[in-house]
Amino acid sequence: MTLFGYRVPMMASLLVWCVLWEIVGRLDLVFLLPPLSEVLSAAVGLVQTPSWQSATVTTLRAFFTGMVLSIVIGVPLGILMGRVKIADDLLGMWVNIFSSAPLSALVPVLMILFGFGERTIVAAVFLFAIWIIVLDTRAGVRHISPSLIEMARSYGASRRALYLKIILWAALPEILAGIRLGLIRGVKGVVIGQLLVAIVGYGALFETFSRNFRMAEFWALTIILFAFALLIAELIERAEAKVEYYAGAR
Amino acid sequence: MRAAVLRKEPSSMPAPIDPIVEVRGISKSYGSTEALRGIDLDFPRGKLTSLLGPSGCGKTTLLKIIAGLIKANAGSIAVDGKVVTAPGPERAFVFQDFALMPWATALRNVAFGLELRGKARAEREEIARHYIAEVGLAGFEDKYPHQLSGGMRQRVGLARALSVDADVLLLDEPFSAVDEQNRRKFQEDLIRLRSNQNKTFIFVTHSIEEAVYISDRIVLLSPRPGRVSQIIEPEIDRSGDPDLIHRDKHYLDTVQEIWQGLKQYAE
Repeated sequence: MTLFGYRVPMMASLLVWCVLWEIVGRLDLVFLLPPLSEVLSAAVGLVQTPSWQSATVTTLRAFFTGMVLSIVIGVPLGILMGRVKIADDLLGMWVNIFSSAPLSALVPVLMILFGFGERTIVAAVFLFAIWIIVLDTRAGVRHISPSLIEMARSYGASRRALYLKIILWAALPEILAGIRLGLIRGVKGVVIGQLLVAIVGYGALFETFSRNFRMAEFWALTIILFAFALLIAELIERAEAKVEYYAGAR
Repeated sequence: MRAAVLRKEPSSMPAPIDPIVEVRGISKSYGSTEALRGIDLDFPRGKLTSLLGPSGCGKTTLLKIIAGLIKANAGSIAVDGKVVTAPGPERAFVFQDFALMPWATALRNVAFGLELRGKARAEREEIARHYIAEVGLAGFEDKYPHQLSGGMRQRVGLARALSVDADVLLLDEPFSAVDEQNRRKFQEDLIRLRSNQNKTFIFVTHSIEEAVYISDRIVLLSPRPGRVSQIIEPEIDRSGDPDLIHRDKHYLDTVQEIWQGLKQYAE
C-alpha cells in the first residue's frame, strides 16, 4: 500500500485500528469498550497476578495434553484410513461428520463423562483438534506417488520401513498442515471447554471479569489468547515452509 | 538386412545360451482387459534386452511382473533357475518417474537400497559415492532431487539400482521423462556403463531408435493382448564413437525393419 507516495508497511493498518479503538474508548460511547491504553496496562497488571499465572499453567497443560493426544492418535488413524480401504469405509463418514459438526454442543456431554475439571478440557481440545488432523493425514497418504511405494517394495522394504521411511515422510507436508489447523481448533476447544465448565483456568477468569464488568481485564485476556493462537500457528507454518521446500519437487 | 530375425512364433525358438531370467507362460488380465497372453521369453545373461512395442502392449506390466511388483494370473518367473514371486535382491528397478525421495539428498537416495538392507551408514555411503561418480554426478551428493534436472534425477535412480549390486537391472522407460539432448547423452553413458558393469539389463521403451541404439536383443510385443511378435538381434558394433552408431547402416536398416513391423499398430 502507498499513501501520498510513501510506502506504508503492513503493520500500519493494525495501527489505524488501534488508534480508532483508543478514540472510541476515550469518547466513552460504550462502557464495554475501554480505551486500548487502559486494556494494555490492565494486561501488564494481569500477567503479574497469581490467579492469571496459575490459570495459564492450567490452560497450557490442558491444551498441550489434548494436542499431544490428538496428534498421537490422529496421525496413525489418518495413515490407516489412507492405506486400508475397510478402515476408510468404516471411519470416513464419522470423521467427516465430526470435523464439520458444531462440537461446542458436545462439551456438556463431556462434562457428564469426565466431570467438572481439567479432564473435560483435555477432552474438548482433543475433540476439536483430532478430526482435521485425521483428514489431512489421510489426504497426504492418498497423494503419495504409487511409484515411491513400489520403489520401497522393490528394494526390499519391510512393512515397518515402508511406513516409517516412506509413507510418514511423503505425507509430512499434509500432516503438518493438519496439525496447524488442529492447533487452531484446539485453542477454540480449550476456550470453549473452560468457558462452559467455568471454574477452570481462563474460563474462570473470563467468568469473573465479565460478571464484574472488568472490561479492561476481559479484553486484555482476549488479546493474550489471540496472540497465543496466532503465535502457535505461525511456528507450525515455519516448520511447514521448511518441509515444503524439501518436498517441493513432488 | 543384417539384423537376424530369430523367430516369428514363440514356440519355434531355440533357447539361447545361459538365460538368467526365464519367463514361462505369463498371462495377466485387468478385469476384462487382457494385458498379456502366454508370454514365454528368455533373457540371456550379461545382455541388454529391450521390450519394445506400442502403448498398450503390456511391456511395463511384463517388466513389473519380472520385478515381482505385480502378480501374474498364470505362469512363472525364474531368476538364475529359482522361481520368484516377490521382489528380491538379485533384481533392481529403475522407475520411469525416477521415484526419488524428495526429502532425501542424492546420496541418501542412492544409498537407500543398502539402507533397507541394514548396511552400516559409512559403508553404504562409500558405495553410493562410488556409483554417483560412476553415473557422472560427482559433486551433487548433497543436492536434493528438486535441485537436479530430470536427466540428473534419473542418473540418481540408476546409481541407486547399481549400488545394490543386483545381477539384473530392470529399467522402465527410464529416459521418457528426460529431455532430448540429455536423453542422447544418457544413452551414450548407458552403453559405456554396460561395458564395465557385468550385468543383465531389461529395458522397456517405446522408442524404436532407442531400442536399436542400445540393445543386444529387441523383443517386439504386439498389443491387446500383449504377445511376443518378433525377436531381433541388431548386429551393431558399439565399441567405437557412439555418434557413429546413428549413421551405421545396420542401425538404420534395423530401425526401418522394426518400423515396418510396427506400422500397422499406429493410429
